[in-house]
Amino acid sequence: MSIKVTKLNHIYDKGMPTEQAALTDVSFEINDGELVGIIGHTGSGKSTLLQHLNGLLKATSGSIEVGGVEITRPGVSMVEIRKRVGLVFQYPEYQLFEVNVAKDVAYGPRNLGLSEEEIDQRVREAIALVGLDYETVKDRSPFELSGGQKRAVAIAGVIAMRPEVLILDEPTAGLDPKAHKDILNMITEVHRRTGNIIILVSHNMGDIAEIADKVIVIDSGKVVTVGSPLEVFSQGELLKSVGLDLPPITEFCNALGIKDTVLDMEDAVGKIVDLIKE
Amino acid sequence: MIRDITLGQYYASDSLIHRLDPRVKIIATLLFIIELFIVDNFIGFAICAAVLAIVIAVSKVPLSFIMRGLKPVLFILFFTFALNIFMVKGEVLWSWKFLHITREGIQIAVFMAIRLVLLIIGSSMLTLATKPLSLTDGIERLLSPLAKFKFPSHEIAMMMTIALRFIPTLLEETDKIMKAQQARGADFESGGLLKRAKALIPVLVPLFVSAFRIAQDLAMAMEARCYRGGENRTRMHEMKLRKRDFIAFILMAAFLAIIIIEARMF
Repeated sequence: MSIKVTKLNHIYDKGMPTEQAALTDVSFEINDGELVGIIGHTGSGKSTLLQHLNGLLKATSGSIEVGGVEITRPGVSMVEIRKRVGLVFQYPEYQLFEVNVAKDVAYGPRNLGLSEEEIDQRVREAIALVGLDYETVKDRSPFELSGGQKRAVAIAGVIAMRPEVLILDEPTAGLDPKAHKDILNMITEVHRRTGNIIILVSHNMGDIAEIADKVIVIDSGKVVTVGSPLEVFSQGELLKSVGLDLPPITEFCNALGIKDTVLDMEDAVGKIVDLIKE
Repeated sequence: MIRDITLGQYYASDSLIHRLDPRVKIIATLLFIIELFIVDNFIGFAICAAVLAIVIAVSKVPLSFIMRGLKPVLFILFFTFALNIFMVKGEVLWSWKFLHITREGIQIAVFMAIRLVLLIIGSSMLTLATKPLSLTDGIERLLSPLAKFKFPSHEIAMMMTIALRFIPTLLEETDKIMKAQQARGADFESGGLLKRAKALIPVLVPLFVSAFRIAQDLAMAMEARCYRGGENRTRMHEMKLRKRDFIAFILMAAFLAIIIIEARMF
C-alpha cells in the first residue's frame, strides 16, 4: 500500500468572483507503513488536502493513487475509497451521536454492510486499540465521557472500519497534557500493530519530530519541503518563513550553540553532556 | 453543497432604498400590505404594481434575484388559484361532474393571485434591501413604545439578531458534521424517503449538541461583558431620520391617498 499524489490542484468556487486556489500542484509520495506528519499554519490547505485523500472533495486537476487505485478517476466508488482511507476530522468528538459507545463505534462498520458478528468483533478490537476497556465503556453514553475519552471513542469509530490508511486532523487539539500523551501513544500503538500508513496533521512540532517518519510542509496550498524529521527540522529559517516553528527541544539545543539538529530528549541529554565536558 | 443555500436574502447594494432608515422601510412595507387589501379592482393593482416596479428599479436588485424568491411559494399560489377557481359560486362557464368554473371564480382567482404575488414581492423587498441587523434594530425601535406595557421589545430584537447571526455558523457546522459522517460511510443521497430521513439522525444529534454548546458559550460571553438586556443600553449606530426618510414618508402618504380615493371612486 502506498500513496502517490501528483500535481493535485483544487480551486474553490471556480469561475466565481470568490475563486480561490486552495491547492497548487501538490505532489508527494508516501511509502507503505510510513507515519507521515503534515505541518503548515492555519489556512495553508492541510484540511483541503486531507479531504481529497478521502474523496470528500474532488480535485480540480491532478491525481491521487492509493494502493494502485487512482481515486481521482471518475467512477471509483466512494465506499471503496472510504474502506481504504479512514479520516478522523478535527474535534471528532463532536460527531458522536449514538446512545452508547459500542453503537457509535459500530456506525462506520455497519455502513460498510458487514455482518453483525464481524461488526461486534471490530468494535471490541477498535475500542481496545484506542486504550479503553470495552466492558466498562460499551453501555455508557458517549456524551458523559471525559474529553480525551470522547476523542478516543471517535477515533475508534474510524479505526473500526479497518482503513488501510488512517488520517488524523489535529488529533490532540484542545486536550490536556495527559489526554494529549494518551492519544499520541495510541497513535504510535495503532501504527505499530497494524503497520498501516498513518497521516497526522499537527501544530505541535514536538509531536511530529517524535513520531513521524516523514514530514510534509505545506504553505499557501503548495508543498514547501518533504523529508525526514531531521531533514525538515534542520531548515529552521525556512520553517519560520512559512509561519512554523522548530520543536522546543531543537530550539533549546540551537540556543545552546549545538550545531546538529536535535529532535529528542535522549539525544539532547547526550549533546549537552558533551558540551559541558568540553 | 449546503453553503449554496441563501438565507435572509439580503442583496448587497448601495441604492437609495438600501440607505433609507429601516423603520421607514418597515412602515412602508406594512402600508403596502394594507393597501393591497384596500384595493378592490384591477386599476388599483396596476397602481400598486407600478409603485413596486419603481421601488425595485431604484433599489437596483435584479428582477431575476427577486423571482428566485417566488419559487418556493409557487405551490401556495397555485393551490389558492385552484381553490378559488372551483369553489366560488356564480355564472357557470364550464363544468365537469362536481367541478364548476364560474365567471366570478376566474375573476376572484386572478385577483387573489395578483394580490399574493404583489404581497410576496413587496415584503421580500424589505429583506432584500435591508441588512438583517438594521432590520432587527428597526423592529426594536418601532416596538419600543410597547415597553411601557412590559413588552420585551429589546429582548425579542436581540433574539432575532442572534438567530440571524448564527445561521451561517450552523450551516458551516452542518457541513462539517455531514462530511465527518460521510467519512464514516454515511450515505445521504440514495434510498427512499424513510432511509434518507434516518440517515440524517447522525447529523441532527451532533448538530443539536453543537447548537446548545454554542448557545451556552455565547450566553457566558455576553454575561462576562455585563449584558443585562435593554434598559439604559446605548447604541453604537444611532438611528436618525434624514431628509430622504421624510420624503419617503410623504410619498407613502400620497400613495395611500391615491389608493383610498381610487377604491372609493370605482
